[in-house]
Amino acid sequence: MTTHEIELKALMLASLDGDAASHRALLDRLSHRLRAYYKGQLARIGRGAAEAEDLVQEAVLAIHFKRHTYDPAEPLTPWVHAIARYKLIDFLRRTRASRADVSIEEADAIMAHDDNVSAESTYDVRRLMERLPKNMRCSIEAVKLDGLSIAEAAVRCGISEPGVKVNIHRGLKALATQITRETRT
Amino acid sequence: MKTDDLVALLSTNPEPVDRGLVVRTLLVALGAGSILSLGITIFGLGVRQDIMISGALSFVVAKVSFAVGIFSLAFIYLAKLARPGGERKPRSYLVAVPFLVIVALAVISLGLAPSSHWNKMIVGDEWLECLVSIPVVAILPFAVSIWAVRKAAPTNLVRAGAFAGLVAGGVSAMAYALHCTDDSLPFVAVWYGGTIVLCTLAGAAMGPRLLRW
Repeated sequence: MTTHEIELKALMLASLDGDAASHRALLDRLSHRLRAYYKGQLARIGRGAAEAEDLVQEAVLAIHFKRHTYDPAEPLTPWVHAIARYKLIDFLRRTRASRADVSIEEADAIMAHDDNVSAESTYDVRRLMERLPKNMRCSIEAVKLDGLSIAEAAVRCGISEPGVKVNIHRGLKALATQITRETRT
Repeated sequence: MKTDDLVALLSTNPEPVDRGLVVRTLLVALGAGSILSLGITIFGLGVRQDIMISGALSFVVAKVSFAVGIFSLAFIYLAKLARPGGERKPRSYLVAVPFLVIVALAVISLGLAPSSHWNKMIVGDEWLECLVSIPVVAILPFAVSIWAVRKAAPTNLVRAGAFAGLVAGGVSAMAYALHCTDDSLPFVAVWYGGTIVLCTLAGAAMGPRLLRW
């Protein structure tokens, strides 16, 4: 078992309990690993860093929204690798590249390299946010972007506290769907 | 957008996660699928008239146990296949065990019977009804299983679809056993086993389309 596995799994377990700092550190570190992985894979078929960045963000979104599917009895690396590979194969399918271009690798390949030179992805989240319903947009901006507490956000948006939580949850999902759609066009 | 901004967006005030959600959702689907198929069988096809006679009852119990064995084993693997990387789990071929047992018992019972009875034992009275009913009754449990698997994140869609079909076929066969009056082991092996395999193949074929996320 590698040190990455041990450290990242500890972050994952804390993040599942709702620890924001761990969640951020986890997504941050995984995004570096994912970037190196996708850049390497896409270079093989002559595609660029912006597309690799789209894939990094799709995988980060999937890791965030599907984190309830991680079984703490299992190691984290194969779980992350399966998501990364699934998103890569999905990308190749919709861009009509051949699935044969995906190299066969061990799950550890996902942890092999670190790349923190991030590029801009091809979409603009502020523009996507404008398409969300008002309460979702207000709740996400208040809590996720401006860092207000749920109670403060409830006052600002004029809805109840449970309403803020529901709106954030639904809004982020809607945003993720739009991001996926955006990167597919 | 920068990935760092996305990470910041996602990690402000994250909610604690319910770790039992995947299994619980699948259990809800299994329960709902069972109730739906039992409802369709009891109110649509009707329970066999002689069910309270002890001879018939023991056949019903045997057929129901065969079906329950199939979907219980399949459920364990479906709960793994619903998660990313779940297809790496070994030993999923164990789901073949109930099929092998019933085929072995069928062969033994054919061996013990005179060959003039074989046709009746294999084809029974209601083979066509069985062939149609089990897949049709399986549609609703299949739909709820797919719904539950979609809530998770399967990464091998063919296999996850196949196991959703296998669970649905097993649930359907359990319900249909309350109606069916053909009690010979070869009949159960061929028509129950065959239709459940059919449901599995249909699930495998539909998985990539239905389970994509």
